[in-house]
Amino acid sequence: MVLKAFFPTCCASADSGLLVGRWVPEQSSAVILAVVHFPFIPIQVKELLAQVHKASQVQVAVLGTWCHRQQEPEESLGHFLEGLGAIFSHDPWLQLCREKGTRFWSCKATYHQLQGTPTEDQVMLIFYDQRKLLLSWLHPPAALPDCQAGDSAASTGGLADIFDTVARSEVLFRNDQFDEGPVRLSHWQSEGMEASILVELAKQASGPICLLMTSLLSLLSAASACRLWKLWPLPFIRSKLSTCEQLQHRLKHLSFIFSTEKAQSPMQLMRKANMLVSVILDVALGLLLLSWLHSNNRIGQLANALVPVADYVAEELQHLLQWLMGAPAGLKMNRALDQVLGRFFLYHIHLWISYIHLMSPFIEHILWHVGLSACLGLTVALSILSDIIALLTFHIYCFYVYGARLYCLKIYGLSSLWRLFRGKKWNVLRQRVDSCSYDLDQLFIGTLLFTILVFLLPTTALYYLVFTLLRLLVITVQGIIHLLVDFINSLPLYSLGLRLCRPYRLAAGVKFRVLEQEKGRPLRLLMQINPLHYSHVVHTYRLSSCGCHPKHSWGSLCRKLFFGELIYPWRQREDKQD
Amino acid sequence: MEEEKSFSDICGGRLALRRRYYSPYCCEFGLSSPRLSLRSLTAVTCAVWLAAYGLFTLCENSMILSAAIFITIIGLLGYLHFVKIDQETLLIIDSLGIQMTSSYASGKESTTFIEMDKVKDVIINEAIYMQKVIYYLCILLKDPGKPHEISRVVPVFQSAKPRLDCLIEVYRSCQEILAHQKATSTSP
Repeated sequence: MVLKAFFPTCCASADSGLLVGRWVPEQSSAVILAVVHFPFIPIQVKELLAQVHKASQVQVAVLGTWCHRQQEPEESLGHFLEGLGAIFSHDPWLQLCREKGTRFWSCKATYHQLQGTPTEDQVMLIFYDQRKLLLSWLHPPAALPDCQAGDSAASTGGLADIFDTVARSEVLFRNDQFDEGPVRLSHWQSEGMEASILVELAKQASGPICLLMTSLLSLLSAASACRLWKLWPLPFIRSKLSTCEQLQHRLKHLSFIFSTEKAQSPMQLMRKANMLVSVILDVALGLLLLSWLHSNNRIGQLANALVPVADYVAEELQHLLQWLMGAPAGLKMNRALDQVLGRFFLYHIHLWISYIHLMSPFIEHILWHVGLSACLGLTVALSILSDIIALLTFHIYCFYVYGARLYCLKIYGLSSLWRLFRGKKWNVLRQRVDSCSYDLDQLFIGTLLFTILVFLLPTTALYYLVFTLLRLLVITVQGIIHLLVDFINSLPLYSLGLRLCRPYRLAAGVKFRVLEQEKGRPLRLLMQINPLHYSHVVHTYRLSSCGCHPKHSWGSLCRKLFFGELIYPWRQREDKQD
Repeated sequence: MEEEKSFSDICGGRLALRRRYYSPYCCEFGLSSPRLSLRSLTAVTCAVWLAAYGLFTLCENSMILSAAIFITIIGLLGYLHFVKIDQETLLIIDSLGIQMTSSYASGKESTTFIEMDKVKDVIINEAIYMQKVIYYLCILLKDPGKPHEISRVVPVFQSAKPRLDCLIEVYRSCQEILAHQKATSTSP
């Protein structure tokens, strides 16, 4: 195999010295981490390497020599460097040299076999940016099912190995040129350690802030879990309102962010950061909405518009019912049943209108106080909007339930009497249809009832159809709001921002570029980080949403609609209560 | 060492294959498709604008014209950035891996690198594409844990779609390098 030497670009202009790094025999690659400059004492270099090995579990060793001839005037250094091969024995021994007068480099790798005659091998130079490789995190394209995290990750692939080596050798990069140490190193931080004042301040402040927030949040969760909330009908109302679900979800997020234990893995750190940015954006948008609502007396305008809108909806429903009570779309309905159902529903609408008019003086106050809750976040405001829509269209929901129950009853009656008409019966014990001999009077009454139900079917079916369509319309509007809330909840904004501004942090792999080459010289490549695609970023770092997704498929939905069973698209997770 | 030859793709368009030998164990193939022609661009723009003008005479709403201009510009930018691939490159480096790059007309480059551990072989395969039977070059990948099974097939030069004569050239050089790699990997 061709020997691959990974050389950091920051050391390309360093003075001559020794190459320090890790040798990976399976890949036949030498990862060079730093250059040790003259003067040095070999014992101290070996001590430093042993220290680094103990601290980072990376097998650092002296891999060879580095000679920068463009800076050195004398040629005698070359012989001195060759003598070093005897002190620091490593197989193979690399000799990298930057020649005078040419841009190209020369590399030699000498294998000292047991027989004593050294053999040379072809070398390929690969330049890499040490800082970017250290900070980046490799995302494997397809995680193997039997792959464990930890030390065995080093055996998954050559590239993952190199990322791993550079990342774990951080302790080697802690000394810079201003430290008075026994050994002078050259690496990416040798000009001075990189740090940010804001990050350090945030780290110092995060401890007490986390403690404070954790205690506040635990008080809040204790208050919400107290037994007062378990009295009926409060749990029932809580399960129906999406606002409570959203608030619980946010509470969970906040307690995860401000938990006092440190993040175990980079994945957890990203999750925390994503949640924090999502909460901050949510609250910012909510405050914007709040300021917009409370300016120009918009709340008053909304409250004034609400009652006429409710009146208008009720009037339209009345027109609809009058139309159904006549001859809708040219169909001939059964007069008596039509009038009964129509008057029944008209009375309900009348009740609803009276209720709205009763509430109208208080609506502005209620809206004003409810609008204040937008400061908890835009998602909470949207959930409240969805709940208000549900409350305002409660009469449509009631009509749908009445129509559906009636229709369901009719369908079951029809199917049972149809079996009787054919001389069969449903055997409950064996859960199947069996033949049965009926008496004459049973057959007579059964056929009569069957005929009545069949002729009343169009009327009931029409009412059921109309109210189901209205209910589906309301569900669609609520569904769109829920989708929006879900989207805001689960979008990983921090990861997307990182991918936009610091693309080398999220790496999908590497890419190589062949640098200018001369015949007879070793091949030189530049290794750069290939950033992760945006869709992969969203897919990997998506936050878990509420889980309020429709539980049925389209087929089962159609089946339920046909048989008149009630549909609950957002049945909350009642079985997973903690 | 660089050489350039001209071939044709499955539809009869002209392709230019540029081969670079950097060293006995490193080779690069670049396949360039013809650029976006002014004629087709003018034709599409005229068609869209004529349709918009026709709608405008029906509806008397000037928003249609501005919308048509907007759509044309956004459509052109999107086409250049996401659809039109100008050049596809295949870089094989012995004992390192195979890299495939697609350069779009807007300058965007999308790169995939496959490590040599995962590469089982490079073959020319036949496929039924619409109403034609075409040849395409593909890389067979293996799982490092199960070296005798093929885990994935990655086709190369998917947008340029060259004919068999071009593929044979690329195939020969790839096989040379892979044979060299297999020979040297067994020795210590």
